[in-house]
Amino acid sequence: MGLIAPLFLQLAQMALVLAAAPLLTGFVRTLKARLQRRAGPPLLQVYRDLAKLTVKDAIVATDASWLFRIAPYLIFATTWVAASLVPSFGTNLLFSWSGDLIVIVALLGSARFFQMLAALDIGTAFGGIGASREAMFASLAEPAMLMIVFTVALVAGSSQLSDIATFMHSGAAGLRLSLALGLVALVIVALAETGRFPVDNPATHLELTMVHEAMVLEYSGRHLALIELANALKLLLYISLIASIFAPFGIAALGAAPEALALGLVAYGVKLAFGAIMLAGFETAIAKMRVFRVPNFIGAALMLALLGTLLLFVSATL
Amino acid sequence: MTPIILLCALASFALGGFGAILGRTPAGRIIVYGGSLAVAGAALLAALVQLGLGVAPEPSVALPLGLPLIGMNFGMNDLSAVFLVITNLGAAAASLYALGYGRHEPEPWRILPFYPVFLAAMNLVLIAADAYDFLIFWELMSLASWALVMAHHEQEETRRAGIIYLLMASAGTLVLLFAFGLLAGPHGHYAFAAMRGMQRAGWIGGIVMLLALAGVGSKAGLVPLHVWLPRAHPAAPSHISALMSGVMTKVAIYAFIRIVFDLAEPAAWWWGLAVLIVGGITAVLGVLYALMEDDLKTILAYSTIENVGLIFVGLGLALAFKADGMMVAAALALTAALFHAFNHMLFKSTLFFGAGAVQHATGERALTKLGGLIHRMKMSTVPMLIAAMAIAALPPLNGFASEWLLLQAILLSPALPQFGLKLAVPAVGALVALAAAFAAACFVRLFGFAYLGKPRSAQAAAAHETDAFSRAAMIGLAALCVVAGVLPGFVIDLLAPVTQALLGAHVPSQRGLSWLTVIPVSASRSSYDPLLIFIFIAVSGSLAALALHRFGSRVIRRAAFWGCGYQGLSDASARDVASSTQYSPSGFAQPIRQVFASVVFRARDDVVMPAPGQLGPASLASSWTDPAWWAIYTPLVTTVGRIADRVNRLQFLTIRRYLAFVFLALVILLAWTALWG
Repeated sequence: MGLIAPLFLQLAQMALVLAAAPLLTGFVRTLKARLQRRAGPPLLQVYRDLAKLTVKDAIVATDASWLFRIAPYLIFATTWVAASLVPSFGTNLLFSWSGDLIVIVALLGSARFFQMLAALDIGTAFGGIGASREAMFASLAEPAMLMIVFTVALVAGSSQLSDIATFMHSGAAGLRLSLALGLVALVIVALAETGRFPVDNPATHLELTMVHEAMVLEYSGRHLALIELANALKLLLYISLIASIFAPFGIAALGAAPEALALGLVAYGVKLAFGAIMLAGFETAIAKMRVFRVPNFIGAALMLALLGTLLLFVSATL
Repeated sequence: MTPIILLCALASFALGGFGAILGRTPAGRIIVYGGSLAVAGAALLAALVQLGLGVAPEPSVALPLGLPLIGMNFGMNDLSAVFLVITNLGAAAASLYALGYGRHEPEPWRILPFYPVFLAAMNLVLIAADAYDFLIFWELMSLASWALVMAHHEQEETRRAGIIYLLMASAGTLVLLFAFGLLAGPHGHYAFAAMRGMQRAGWIGGIVMLLALAGVGSKAGLVPLHVWLPRAHPAAPSHISALMSGVMTKVAIYAFIRIVFDLAEPAAWWWGLAVLIVGGITAVLGVLYALMEDDLKTILAYSTIENVGLIFVGLGLALAFKADGMMVAAALALTAALFHAFNHMLFKSTLFFGAGAVQHATGERALTKLGGLIHRMKMSTVPMLIAAMAIAALPPLNGFASEWLLLQAILLSPALPQFGLKLAVPAVGALVALAAAFAAACFVRLFGFAYLGKPRSAQAAAAHETDAFSRAAMIGLAALCVVAGVLPGFVIDLLAPVTQALLGAHVPSQRGLSWLTVIPVSASRSSYDPLLIFIFIAVSGSLAALALHRFGSRVIRRAAFWGCGYQGLSDASARDVASSTQYSPSGFAQPIRQVFASVVFRARDDVVMPAPGQLGPASLASSWTDPAWWAIYTPLVTTVGRIADRVNRLQFLTIRRYLAFVFLALVILLAWTALWG
């Protein structure tokens, strides 16, 4: 097949996640508004917001350092690379082997690292409170995510996402208790990491409740656009991740025919839409937690995932 | 290569002599540190040649010194060579740093004579080929580093740290003496070559392993033997702290590998279990301490405990795999541990150098008094940031590469047959994951509060950049962090002969893999390409910057931050008000302290409110205690004191009673020999 076609597919994947991410976020917002009997913003509002932000001047706090200015680029770059490593419409793309699931988790960790540093850079109380809470959530969510990675990798015999998706697609995994525990844990971690209900409210600007918003409060213009885009990418990443591990239906294999690729693309769209509907329904039905109840919530994910891993250590068939 | 290292050690001793003579002159500093730099460079080169070219191990060199009939034997194999690389690279960087930093030392004659001796002792421990040499130089290493810790003896804290260090180091050596005694067997074969081939009962090997774990753990900082480390390491001048944290703990790890993997054969499965559990607990507790601490160098010392814990998790896994005959997996775990040891030397030395620069520039080490240094120490901020990212295990830097290998080794462990291991390994895996997440929070806190934000004291506001030597040392090590992170395959290949010699297996060669990928087991299990990831991040970040600057706005406007109207106060005080409304480092750690440390560390936040009607300020005091102190050391000290009081009576007996004791002892010994002889 030469090098051109795989390279094209890889670039298509990178462009696809970048283009689809704001749409997904907009879709969730519109759905939520409709569920709450509001009209809500138009579906494409997120694109318009991003376009508007990019042409506006960036206002930077007087005491901000160079770190504050390069952080958005790093946050965006690491999140985009991580999102591109998750299979969307097809597995085994040209560079899919360059990082396994652990690398994806760590790339998101890098984005968070810079986000927290940027929050501390201006020296406001808001940045500190946001970074501090984010550090607490991450200190549980990251281990939980790694234990989920262990569970999935032990079932599939590989920590490479393409291989995991192929294995799950083949149906050889069957119904397993450990995977069920892993799924519940992954959903909890995804909610926490993307800053959704009940951990954080993506629409709040109330001092007491902000976590992620408190960290990015000082950002404006193109910097804010990058961070918003990175957030949208992160939401897409987690839905794609859950889909590629637990619902790899229709995903195209290596060197598939164009029809299979088209089918994979349609299936991917359906999965994203389903994930968005579930998320909007869940967020409408549930209230935000107090900050100090969140550790119990994410801790439950850690325990579930640890239990899943333990089961697999005890017997490979559980 | 052994004679070269011996010559280097000899040169170091000579430099120590120069240091004693010229300690009070500026020339002394240049001779000692410059000479140490050259000597460490030569030793580093020799070790690299041995590793890279795969020179066959030579017969050991015997010197006509030491005990009669035993002499002093030195030999160098690949394991020694790896640790010689770690030691001498760290030593070279510390010497370069000290060429500049040593200028600020008020009493250089308290450091210069001991510094080269300390370096020589570490090198000699690594090439010792019999137990006698090993223990002599181990003790010399402890004493030289103790003398260096005591350089600032006028501070009460330092003296206290010194006495605790001396006690723990002596106890550690004593325990190691017992371990070697058991290894030497009834006929006293003190040469390592003789110990290696000896047949011994399984329980003897087990006891040796436990003794080695305790003796080495007291030097490396395994919980609960860590209590001296966070006091002694920060008390020393910063280049010494870097050597103690970055290098001396690695010498201890060398000792553990040498005794347990090489001499005390064959391993039983529970050895791995014990080491794994100790390592996992050490990793998590170490970094939790670091998260709550306020002193810059103490945070780094506690983080050393964490990293030692991670290395021991790798060693424990390797032992477990080895006992069950899974040699390739054991080689992977051992490679991860050795790689992490190398990485830890790189970033921890950089961080201590940076802490030293901060301490000199501001006179402060407390995070609550720092801030805003990124504007004032422009150059030295960059290596600090890279080292903080590396130790927080962020890709594509070196800390992540070694932790990734460790996680891959954990993923191979369901194949272990024993149930104890099957239950312990996932739990330890969770501990490792927790430690990694805490480490990221810890270094966000360290870097964020020391270098970012607004200055929290006048000294921090008046900070200045450090000197060129210090900057060169920091930038050099940070660059190596990036290189080792982006091209880990070369390091893995360099470590292959070591695992081949110790385990008879090695991680598949990474040479010739396309795109410099790392494939530790097989391509179908996992692969990681840090070079590509690095390029991807660089390209996509630059693309975003290019696109935004081309199609969007490229204007930057400066304005005051949003502080809920606080900066609207009078202009003169605005800066002070704004800097005191910043978040504090202990406030940052408060959620984690409340969630994780309220039980184990008895962490408490006490708010004292003024009585109603009083106008005094309310105060908040947060406190925490080290469980090792109240659970182990305080009862131990009390018990020892009580026994000493009892035994004190023996000092005041009559000469008849003393003679009776001597006679009784003689009778018992004679009876013993008669029965057993």
